[in-house]
Amino acid sequence: MNMAVNIAGVELKNPITVASGTFGSGMEYSEFVDLNRLGAVTTKGVANIPWAGNPTPRIAETYGGMMNAIGLQNPGIEVFKNRDIPFLKKYDTKIIVNVCGKSEADYVDCVEKLGDCDVDLLEINVSCPNVKEGGIAFGQNPDALFGITKAVKAVAKQPVIMKLSPNVTDIAEMARAAEAAGADAVSLINTLTGMKIDVNRRTFAVANKTAGVSGPAIHPIAVRMVYQVANAIKLPIIGMGGVYDTESALEMMMAGATAVAVGTANFNNPYATVQIIDGIEAYMDKNAISDIHELIGCVK
Amino acid sequence: MGKVKMTAQVISQECIATDVYSLVLMADEIAKQAVAGQFISVYSKDGSKMLPRPISLCDINKEAGTLRLVYRVVGFGTAEFSKLEAGDLVDILGPLGNGFDKQDKKAILIGGGIGIPPMLQLAKELSCEKSIVLGYRDEIFLNEEFEPYGNVYLSSEDGMHGVKGNVIDAIVEYGIEGDIIYACGPTPMLRGIKAYAMEKGILCQISMEEKMACGVGACLACICQTKEIDEHSQVHNKRICKDGPVFYAEEVEL
Repeated sequence: MNMAVNIAGVELKNPITVASGTFGSGMEYSEFVDLNRLGAVTTKGVANIPWAGNPTPRIAETYGGMMNAIGLQNPGIEVFKNRDIPFLKKYDTKIIVNVCGKSEADYVDCVEKLGDCDVDLLEINVSCPNVKEGGIAFGQNPDALFGITKAVKAVAKQPVIMKLSPNVTDIAEMARAAEAAGADAVSLINTLTGMKIDVNRRTFAVANKTAGVSGPAIHPIAVRMVYQVANAIKLPIIGMGGVYDTESALEMMMAGATAVAVGTANFNNPYATVQIIDGIEAYMDKNAISDIHELIGCVK
Repeated sequence: MGKVKMTAQVISQECIATDVYSLVLMADEIAKQAVAGQFISVYSKDGSKMLPRPISLCDINKEAGTLRLVYRVVGFGTAEFSKLEAGDLVDILGPLGNGFDKQDKKAILIGGGIGIPPMLQLAKELSCEKSIVLGYRDEIFLNEEFEPYGNVYLSSEDGMHGVKGNVIDAIVEYGIEGDIIYACGPTPMLRGIKAYAMEKGILCQISMEEKMACGVGACLACICQTKEIDEHSQVHNKRICKDGPVFYAEEVEL
């Protein structure tokens, strides 16, 4: 049975990774999950310098999910390179580094600093709804997305995945802009911008006022968008958004995703990733599928 | 051994005050390694509620392998837990957090409201001389269980129990003295205690809370502000679930 998939020339032993921001750099979850089993670990977003993130409360639970406005708190690329990457290199898994920035120069600086690092793929976060500058500003306009993709590709030493926002009218148009600018892959979806009000305190549940909604409640939206993008571009897709079990991961693949990221489900079940890998294997076995590529985009 | 996610069996549950429940779970793997000030994540059976609820350990019985949680019903998660009965099963993860840094110094233990339960396990683990100050809004609970471990002083906002006012009012009123404070309770109380401890020049540990998602230090939801740049975060933030929930008061901005 073949479960290996290929993202921009990088072979993942299986299609399962984690959604950036839900898994740190794997250290905390390595107490529960054998990281060697994952197709890849996608790290929390890192910028060229440390970011403090947003005030608390940073999260709220919602029906069938949650919302967060962490604000991309990160220790900066230098500490990340010296601490997080060496930790992940101890494992037989691929490393996808998520990169964030407030300006094109920030993204370029961070990507350049990753040039001498032994990591496999870069995921460019142009879709975080929770920071005032950068982030989503590059991900909601096709011309801006084209520009940042070009700028990053010009300096990147690793293949580049552009992480797309669902907070747009036509995500296929955004995917086409990324493809035209030379992106090697796309990932989607980031969180959907939402708002929750605490009726007892009569204020916003999350200090940032708006926050990104994730979890099983958004899964059908993510599947629809993966399907739209798969039909619009030729690049491989990492599908994410509310994946919480084997079935919801398989849906992503059948809609057109080559790999699948598990996010919010890690909070509910720290073993979610490995259970889904086992579940996909069992599904393939039961349905006499010898190669996982038979499933990718099989629903037309 | 480290953190364990397990399905625990309910030994017993009782309501000990309005909306306050005492839940005893069989959880040997967690009980044998847990210490005062740590907490566990408790998971809802309802798939629409994704996030575990962090609840402090009120009692850790290593011989029996049980954990006791005393918690207040504040939303649908805790409302669900309050309906658990003996024999029911519930998923939990722990032990989480650092716990109190126990020192052999004359101690003042301070608990406010639903911050009182973790102080009971601490009272049991500390063998030094200790005064125990418990602050309530109105209805009292758990206070009698503290009596074997030290002198117990109460405060209540309505004045029906102990000193009318807050825990600091009780400390002043009764002239309570100590060389270290251990405290858990609402943030305004912790702020007052920190100020009191700094004024008196005594050591002070506080246990904090915040909305949590992962409970293990990965998601960075439950941060608190720190005076110095934290080595892990490289900014003025520490993770309450992982670096805490107990901090020396001078480390954090309240």
